[in-house]
Amino acid sequence: MSFDWYPLWNSLRIAAISCVLVFFLGIFFAYYAAKLPRWLKGILDVFLTLPMVLPPTVCGYFLLIIFGVKRPVGAFLAQYGIKFVMTWYGGILAAAVVAFPLMYRTARGAFESFDKTLAYSGQTLGLSNTYIFWRVRMPACRQGILAGTVLAFARALGEYGATSMLIGYTPGKTATISTTVYQLWRTNDEKGAMFWVLVNLAISAVVLLSVNMLEARQKKAVKP
Amino acid sequence: MSLHVDIRKRLGSFTLDVTFTAENGITSLLGASGCGKSMTLKCIAGIERPDEGTIELDGRLLFDSKKGINLPPQQRRVGYLFQNYALFPNMTVRQNILCGLNREKDRAVKEQRLRDILQMMQLEGLEQRKPAQLSGGQQQRVALARILVNDPQLLLLDEPFSALDGHLRDSLKVEMRDLLENFGREVLMVTHDRNEAYNMSRAIAVMDRGRILTLKPTKALFADPGSVQAAIITGCKNIAKARKLDDHLIEVPEWGIRLETKQSVKEGLCAVGLRAHYFSPTSQHNRFPVLFAEEMEEPFETIIQFRYEGQRPDSPPVWWRLTKEKKPAQFPAELGISPANILLLYE
Repeated sequence: MSFDWYPLWNSLRIAAISCVLVFFLGIFFAYYAAKLPRWLKGILDVFLTLPMVLPPTVCGYFLLIIFGVKRPVGAFLAQYGIKFVMTWYGGILAAAVVAFPLMYRTARGAFESFDKTLAYSGQTLGLSNTYIFWRVRMPACRQGILAGTVLAFARALGEYGATSMLIGYTPGKTATISTTVYQLWRTNDEKGAMFWVLVNLAISAVVLLSVNMLEARQKKAVKP
Repeated sequence: MSLHVDIRKRLGSFTLDVTFTAENGITSLLGASGCGKSMTLKCIAGIERPDEGTIELDGRLLFDSKKGINLPPQQRRVGYLFQNYALFPNMTVRQNILCGLNREKDRAVKEQRLRDILQMMQLEGLEQRKPAQLSGGQQQRVALARILVNDPQLLLLDEPFSALDGHLRDSLKVEMRDLLENFGREVLMVTHDRNEAYNMSRAIAVMDRGRILTLKPTKALFADPGSVQAAIITGCKNIAKARKLDDHLIEVPEWGIRLETKQSVKEGLCAVGLRAHYFSPTSQHNRFPVLFAEEMEEPFETIIQFRYEGQRPDSPPVWWRLTKEKKPAQFPAELGISPANILLLYE
């Protein structure tokens, strides 16, 4: 019997897809939140940051309440064959919800420290707001955005609580690295658990290393 | 070629209420920090929106609250040189200047205009540098090149020399003035430095707490600021309450003296200003006994503080500023001032 690599593949695709989702959503909300009046920003902030401070199981609970097959939203989606409970892509939802605040907050911090005169001077030169956003604002904020993306990816990859509540553990279907580690440990397979722990460690180390290298290269590019 | 501004905007502690017309070259808005100068520029550029009023440039309405016109900054064709130059840090000099050429679609024309402006602004050889690799003066030239190549109808300068070292500042002022005179369009400059305003501009508008106190040709403003605030902002050190006695005679109770004036005194006189440079031990006019109070030395000038004999004890000493070689060996018993140098200040 060949070794079951499914948890690695499943974890990576869940982390990657939720990371892309969170990247755009986080930037979108961060950009517009930075423009809101202070009181509205405060309220929005609480809601958008909650998943970061809540226990992941509580997030999972809320997700089940919303997307459970017998709940209104879940039932509605089920008519179209979309089911977030006990499916691998449900893991995307769980990971995205938990990882979102990390992207949102770091991106917002970056946008808020962005020198507005850069955007203003672009406007007076006749550059479109879209151009200014992608070619001036985003590059100027890339440190924060990159940091947020990596944090979000790492968080999504390591997500356990909400994931296990929403999609459970089905080998070959919904198993991720983190749920597999727990399952193997629970069934006294310490060696198996150890293997997946090492896999997870290796991925995290590679991610962090590549970020450091990227940053070093950028610094070199700026300074002569 | 003219710019008409007539706008109001509520700010934190005061209301910006600005009405002026700028034409024929460089006009300066001179005032202390936080008086609303930069906000006025931002409103003209379309970065901030006034609460009401109109802004018109060469007959083109940029903003009119009644007609509901508020052109976005992209359509105003107003160049804006920011205090920190606002060069895009991720782009090279070449890419930065090409941003200013975004309206030009023809590639060959683009390249030609890029080459021309690089040559004109003495930036050849720096095309591939990032802004962080340039000196302050070079950054300023790139920022100006990026704006001028965009062919703006009006140029706004926000404290253009404040980010530069003192010694570089003076040489760049001369360069910039010559450049802007060739530019041939309206220029509106904001500064808190009266020397800079004097060096650079044909006319100066003095601003205080959101209002324009006066707008005059540069030399006329310094010769006759007209109001107490304008006198202070143009650097007049000695100001005291005064009242009219005759068409050419005023009384300054605080100093215990009467001064004859060259200008005829109008009704509503509230104060008099004496510039610290204009006292003279030899002048026979407005000559009064004085007492030495303090002395402070500068590298090339001396500031002497003195009191008029009949000066009230609660009134601050009067400043006399003179170059060191003119300093008399002994403090004179009397000082005079020419009637032409008496600044009459009204409400």
